[in-house]
Amino acid sequence: MDLAYTEAEEEFRGRLREWLAGVLPSLPPKPSPDDWPARRAYDTTWQRMLYDAGYAGLHWPEDAGGRGATPTQHLIFLEETERAGAPYVGANFVGLLHAGPTVAAEGTAEQRARWLPPVLRGDEIWCQGFSEPDAGSDLAALRTRAVRDGDDYVVSGSKIWTSHAEVADWCELLVRTDPEAPKHRGISWLAMPMDAPGITVRPLRTLAGSTEFAEVFLDEVRVPVRNRVGAENDGWRVTMVTLSFERGTAFVGEVVACRRTLEALAAEARRNGRWDDPVLRRRLGRLNAEFRALWRLTQANVSESERTGGVPGIGGSVFKLRYSGVRQDLYEAAAEVLGGVDAFDLDREWTLDRLSSLSYTIAAGTSQIQRNIVAERILGLPKGR
Amino acid sequence: MDFQLSDDQRALRSGMRDLLGAVFDRDRMRAAVERGGALDRSLWRELGAAGFFALRLPEEAGGVGLGLPEAVLLFEEAGRALLPGPLVATHLAAGLVKGAAEGEAVVTAAEGGGRPVADLGGADAVLVGGGAGVVEGERLEVLTGEVLEAFVAGAVPVRSMDPLTPLHRVEGRWEGAGASEAYPGALRREGALLSAAEQLGSATRTTEMAVQHAGSREQFGSLIGSFQAVKHLCADMLARTEPARSAVYAAAVTGDPVEIAAAKLLADEAAVRNARDCLQIHGGMGFTWEADVHLHLKRAWLRAARWLTAAEAEELLAADLGPVRPLYSGSAALG
Repeated sequence: MDLAYTEAEEEFRGRLREWLAGVLPSLPPKPSPDDWPARRAYDTTWQRMLYDAGYAGLHWPEDAGGRGATPTQHLIFLEETERAGAPYVGANFVGLLHAGPTVAAEGTAEQRARWLPPVLRGDEIWCQGFSEPDAGSDLAALRTRAVRDGDDYVVSGSKIWTSHAEVADWCELLVRTDPEAPKHRGISWLAMPMDAPGITVRPLRTLAGSTEFAEVFLDEVRVPVRNRVGAENDGWRVTMVTLSFERGTAFVGEVVACRRTLEALAAEARRNGRWDDPVLRRRLGRLNAEFRALWRLTQANVSESERTGGVPGIGGSVFKLRYSGVRQDLYEAAAEVLGGVDAFDLDREWTLDRLSSLSYTIAAGTSQIQRNIVAERILGLPKGR
Repeated sequence: MDFQLSDDQRALRSGMRDLLGAVFDRDRMRAAVERGGALDRSLWRELGAAGFFALRLPEEAGGVGLGLPEAVLLFEEAGRALLPGPLVATHLAAGLVKGAAEGEAVVTAAEGGGRPVADLGGADAVLVGGGAGVVEGERLEVLTGEVLEAFVAGAVPVRSMDPLTPLHRVEGRWEGAGASEAYPGALRREGALLSAAEQLGSATRTTEMAVQHAGSREQFGSLIGSFQAVKHLCADMLARTEPARSAVYAAAVTGDPVEIAAAKLLADEAAVRNARDCLQIHGGMGFTWEADVHLHLKRAWLRAARWLTAAEAEELLAADLGPVRPLYSGSAALG
């Protein structure tokens, strides 16, 4: 066990820090959360800056246009960008962390050449068409149909919880291509152009009042067969490649952000006098332990994936289960730190964050699904209800 | 950065597991329970011969010359096996008390502040803090001979909840000004960390016991581990153990007081709550003397009340937040 970073890793960190300090002041002001075209422009501008500096697709393999960085370098990148207050991956999320890695892992040479460079440059944005109104935790029950018609699939159905749908160029879409097969074996993965006729996007308003995602209705949308990644009816396996990326280093920035928020909560509590309440103070102390441990667990997971060849294991489920609950606790504590009317003032950052945090135990696999995964795939308990 | 156990560390851990399997298997553990926890001197010497106490002494002083990360792995195995005796205090006393390193002497610790003193009966020496205002690593008092006899004479045995750990109540001048000031810092920190490692081993073991039971017990015509109400308890046990493991290992590598506090807090919680969930999953059997789970729970409760309690750890971790760190600068807290 050696928690020290190597000389090469520290040099990487130093160069990155220097670059961030140079470029961040030149960024335009952050757009309003409800102005989607402006958000897209802001996020893609940042992605282009990363690309020009050689930091785009850091963890992607080199033959996919990435930098082939080690998991530890990726960890350092996510840690330093968050620490410096750099923009989030934002609208580039699906392209960089879901669809892109899937195409890189499973796509043909032609598909990789078509889709990967624009993601890295920030030229194209992807969204995700996985969940459906009747296929949430049971994703494999999805019913959006794709019927072959010559060189096209004709796709009809509806998708839900699709982030960035209004401004995306492409949608990574899961469709049912064989309704007769067992549910996991009749699914295919398609790249659907979002300007195709027959697509209707209806924004969904979250309980926080913002429009973070949308419903997407598909009415006989024609998607070329050549846009299918992987074999027909092999889309479930292709998708699992994507989801294992989601549970790898995806939360590094968030843990760093949580630790920053916790420091800010302590500072605010000291300022407004609530620090003198030992119950609240101890609660913040406990959160310090939790986020320190989650940071160390992240490092352990990254080390593990480095040893096993860069593919994050299912240990990510243990992390996600714990992290999502603790982050909700953080904003409960924040409400107590704010106290009084401030805890209900939506112009206070933590009040909105408290609302947003309610999604953490639901999105990307609910905590109940994570517990099933941990119990069945790690602990080896029998499947069942 | 490489946050993985080295091959040597893995070998050390499995060597310790093999040793305990040979000298302290379940039959011997249950026999110790029936003996009322009286210390087995020959077992103590075997641990000494294996380097359990001398692990961190330099080689030129007759030790093994390894560090806290390796010690943590050994104590994890000890916690897993419910190994009794003042393991932490004797390990800390190696090099300070003659015979401790070799397993010839049994050394316990009196933390003060009204805390229980364990295994006083057969102890050859007792570590106590040297009064108020102790600076880190200085003025540790070691009680032996007549002073020890006086100390023992003034101590009152209590009927210990943990059948493997005899306890005394210590009153009079030894109670001192409170644990956080009465015990030298470095030793107290290391005691907290090694104790956290024992808790980690216990938490890992009770998770295994719960999974094993849930995967073999049938009710309603199914293995109970196939029911989400049961399997989710097991998943939560792992979700407590693994962050605690990362915290304990990291604290062993850095030796940082705040990381040690985090490790102790989370490992205490993992050990106690996992033992309780394990007990629940065992149903009626879990409430019996015959099942081992109560031994894990009682020991976990006891360890949680020693070296660094949840309240102390949380205050220390709170003090670490933000620019003002009053507990950090003084001699209180862990130091």
